[in-house]
Amino acid sequence: MAIHKAESPLPGLLYHKPEPDAQPFKAPGDAVALGDTLALIEVMKSFMPLEAETAGTFKGYLIDDGEHIDAGDHFCEIEG
Amino acid sequence: MATGIKKLLVANRGEIAVRIIRAARDLDIRTVQVVSAADHDMLAARLADEVIEIGPAPAQKSYLVIDNILKALAESGADAVHPGYGFLSESAEFARRVTEMGVIFCGPDAQTIDRMGDKVNARAAAIAAGVPVVPGSEGRVADLDAAIAVAEEIGYPVMVKAAAGGGGRGIRVAQTREELVKTVPMAMSEARAGFGDDGLYIEAFIQRARHIEVQVLGDGERAVHLFERECSLQRRRQKVWEEAPAAALPEAVRADLCASAVRLAEEVWYRGAGTLEYLYDMDREAFYFIEMNTRIQVEHPVTEMITGVDLIREMLLIAGGAPLSLSQEQIRCAGHAIEVRVNAENPDKNFLPAPGRIETLVSPGGPGVRFDTGVYAGYTVPPYYDSLLGKLVVWDTSRAAALDRLSGALTELEIGPNPTTASLHRDLVQNPDVRAGNVSTLWLEDWLRAAAEDGLLKTG
Repeated sequence: MAIHKAESPLPGLLYHKPEPDAQPFKAPGDAVALGDTLALIEVMKSFMPLEAETAGTFKGYLIDDGEHIDAGDHFCEIEG
Repeated sequence: MATGIKKLLVANRGEIAVRIIRAARDLDIRTVQVVSAADHDMLAARLADEVIEIGPAPAQKSYLVIDNILKALAESGADAVHPGYGFLSESAEFARRVTEMGVIFCGPDAQTIDRMGDKVNARAAAIAAGVPVVPGSEGRVADLDAAIAVAEEIGYPVMVKAAAGGGGRGIRVAQTREELVKTVPMAMSEARAGFGDDGLYIEAFIQRARHIEVQVLGDGERAVHLFERECSLQRRRQKVWEEAPAAALPEAVRADLCASAVRLAEEVWYRGAGTLEYLYDMDREAFYFIEMNTRIQVEHPVTEMITGVDLIREMLLIAGGAPLSLSQEQIRCAGHAIEVRVNAENPDKNFLPAPGRIETLVSPGGPGVRFDTGVYAGYTVPPYYDSLLGKLVVWDTSRAAALDRLSGALTELEIGPNPTTASLHRDLVQNPDVRAGNVSTLWLEDWLRAAAEDGLLKTG
């Protein structure tokens, strides 16, 4: 089983949840299908979904909710 | 020119902060720029006399935190604050708390911001001043017969709106009486299911609208207008291209429109710079007041270009206690001006934001050309704020000449390597509909959709 690290194409603020009081998109152990939303990124007042490019099992986020992320940074791990 | 202000705190960022600092400098006012941790390098921070950090990068933790700005205000000893646009510019609480500190807020008082910021109150003030508003039912309609009576009076098409809806939800359009008869019962049960309230109201549906707005200045007693702007080219309700004066407005309509804006500004004893936004119905040939913005607007330079009036200077003078420096007769409209917004977005990828380092920046120049920006070559555009990099503004003696001048200026403008909306404007300035002024508020999105389908633009 290989660990895949998902990376952000843009710099911005990373969010684990669709809304502040919602559940995170994924929790460790959750199944991930291609195209599943893993996180949101806020860039210049726009929110964009970051979608899974690999299927597998969600391992965890690498960047805290609401924190800054640079383009090319890894933000979560998927085992698949 | 003398003003009551000695030291001004600029509670904003980007190009408008630069614009405010320039106006203050011309009046011998010292400037204090507040910055987030991410903004120490921005152009306004370089130009200001003093810089004070007010918090971390996200605006919710810096530019939007009233306490942090008031702390900077106390620390700096500034005697006035200019809020710019966006952020806290229309926060009545901010205006009130600044004033309570004994500091001048460059804008109307908190009460006026509150009153005009509420759509229902603003509509009531407009009606009291005899300013036309979008015709419709007075509140809820009791039943289908009442709905039909209102629709027949204002004429079809009409919008059936759920009283408890909002943000575009719960709206249906009826083109004819037959459609209305079918629509009303459906809309009622939908509204009951969706909002727990079956109340409906009826409003005229404006199929082909132009967005037209009037610039006003008031000193709390007297108000003047500085003619109108047209901002019909919009994407997702964001203006991308603005002009002054409005190309297609009949002269008699223009005079009525501008006079109505002055009446409304005087009705509320308006103080400072403000903008009254209207929809112009191209089919009914009528204008309707929508809302008032109680602040300076992004597109104010087109008004400055046709009138020669420095609006930020006027705001500072009025805030400093001076009466209006201009009579209505002294304000003349000459020639035509166009502004295009240059945003850090990629038009070929569905306007994907494109923050990052600017390596190249060559500004266009020559007579009647102005480029207002808050960035420079070597500056890194942060991802935390809106995408406006700068505004290219041109003026010439006629609209046709202004379009040609804009085309030349866009050729000169170089910003790179990241994509910007300058490429979109290079297409728009050649477009026959844009050149003919044959546009409505829906035109740009329709054109973008068609262009994407034709493969002229790739959507991401």
